[in-house]
Amino acid sequence: MLVSISINGQVYSHDVEPRLLLVHFIREYAELHGTHWGCDTSNCGICIVLMDDPQSDQPPYPVKSCTMLAAMAQGYEITTVEGMAKPDGTLDPIQMGFHEMHALQCGFCTPGMMSTGRWLIERHPNPTQMTDHEIRDGISGNLCRCTGYDNIIKAIRWAAAYIEEHPESARTAR
Amino acid sequence: MKLRLANPGHVIDINPIEPELNYIRQEGNEIRIGALTRHVNMLESDLLARTFPDIFREAEAVLADPVVRNRGTMGGSLCQSDPAEDLSGVVVALKGKAVLRGPGGAERVVEMDEFHIGPYMTAVGPTEMLIEVRFPIHPGFGGAHEKVERRAGDFAIVAASAALSIQGGTIQTAGVACSAVGPTTMHIKRAEEALVGKAPSEELFQQAGQMASADCSPNSDGRGPADYKRAVAGVLTQRALSRAAATALR
Ligand SMILES: Cc1cc2nc3c(=O)[nH]c(=O)nc-3n(C[C@H](O)[C@H](O)[C@H](O)COP(=O)(O)OP(=O)(O)OC[C@H]3O[C@@H](n4cnc5c(N)ncnc54)[C@H](O)[C@@H]3O)c2cc1C
Ligand code: FES
Ligand code: FES
Repeated sequence: MLVSISINGQVYSHDVEPRLLLVHFIREYAELHGTHWGCDTSNCGICIVLMDDPQSDQPPYPVKSCTMLAAMAQGYEITTVEGMAKPDGTLDPIQMGFHEMHALQCGFCTPGMMSTGRWLIERHPNPTQMTDHEIRDGISGNLCRCTGYDNIIKAIRWAAAYIEEHPESARTAR
Repeated sequence: MKLRLANPGHVIDINPIEPELNYIRQEGNEIRIGALTRHVNMLESDLLARTFPDIFREAEAVLADPVVRNRGTMGGSLCQSDPAEDLSGVVVALKGKAVLRGPGGAERVVEMDEFHIGPYMTAVGPTEMLIEVRFPIHPGFGGAHEKVERRAGDFAIVAASAALSIQGGTIQTAGVACSAVGPTTMHIKRAEEALVGKAPSEELFQQAGQMASADCSPNSDGRGPADYKRAVAGVLTQRALSRAAATALR
């Protein structure tokens, strides 16, 4: 079946098997390999991308792309890690935070972690006041087997503080 | 489908009708929740928190993780008919009724005892879908959900849902359900009968817990041996009832 999905502002149209999962559409057809594929059972959060529903006023929210058929993503705007930085290459604050706070080791979990992290900041009424518990609960669907999470939590905090100081950096998908 | 338990010839994406089926509203003496209402909507609903304190919020807060809760729905949770579902336990304890719609708009309303007919099997016919779940409202309500899990966001080793309404010092209505300890969500009717008409007390809740322990039928698996789960079901049922009563009397 012909599936057209908008990813990072570009529309990809491909004739695919109806059973194709969104994660495989992103990796194999759009050839964006920043989105990883791990457990395949919606547990690890490695495959998380941000999904924006143009019909809704909610900010883009993280979904596990191994648990969605590619065909179901039509009509939504998908943002992967490749689409996070500004076109001029300036990193998104969440990417800066992961860099500054050394929040990755192997990097396998990082694209998913950053997607969830950015959503946590965007949806929180007062992001710099997020408690450790709120952040830990917020990323409880993302597994990291390297860092022990502490630096990831610091990175999310770092990004929240950066956005507060530089409101113009808080680009949203719209 | 991924676990190769189902191999359907056709798959229909019902997400496009979300605007019609994502709602939580009161109609008369009932709360109605649309089948495409997401877990996150139930977690954050003030109407549910006010009407059924705090059973939805407690169950939803420990159900999977925030990312799964962004997408998972009331309809999917009930229709998956996984005996370990937290939300199914809540619906059974609250005596929710499932509204099924078939060809030509024909509707029928099914009680939870008839809805879950086995693991991954429901009363929904091949040409029907679940559109709504209806819950009776009771004054003096208190509810609670207790869960023991291996790690954050996992399915329960055992979970217990309790719903009480207490007026004039007497339990008027009672709902007790346990998850992950039988082929479907276990409706502990014997405990409910023992509770109604009595004054709430820790001793009474302990008896109800013993009944849950006796009446469930867990299997030994990777989450623990059957006798352990049986014991946990009793403890969690007692705890949930005792917290539900405290909330009702608040
Ligand atoms: C990692 C992970 C952890 C989880 N942890 C928990 C947990 O701790 N506790 C818990 O309770 N649950 C847990 N869940 C399960 C989750 O709550 C449900 O599986 C999920 O909400 C159902 O997903 P869905 O709504 O997308 O339904 P789907 O997966 O799309 O559907 C499930 C089934 O129901 C059918 N169906 C869906 N809607 C309808 C309808 N309206 N009418 C008729 N049939 C319908 C579908 O055809 C399918 O057979 C977890 C899931 C994951 C992936
Ligand atoms: S691959 Fe693990 S959640 Fe998708
Ligand atoms: S950095 Fe290796 S899994 Fe998180």
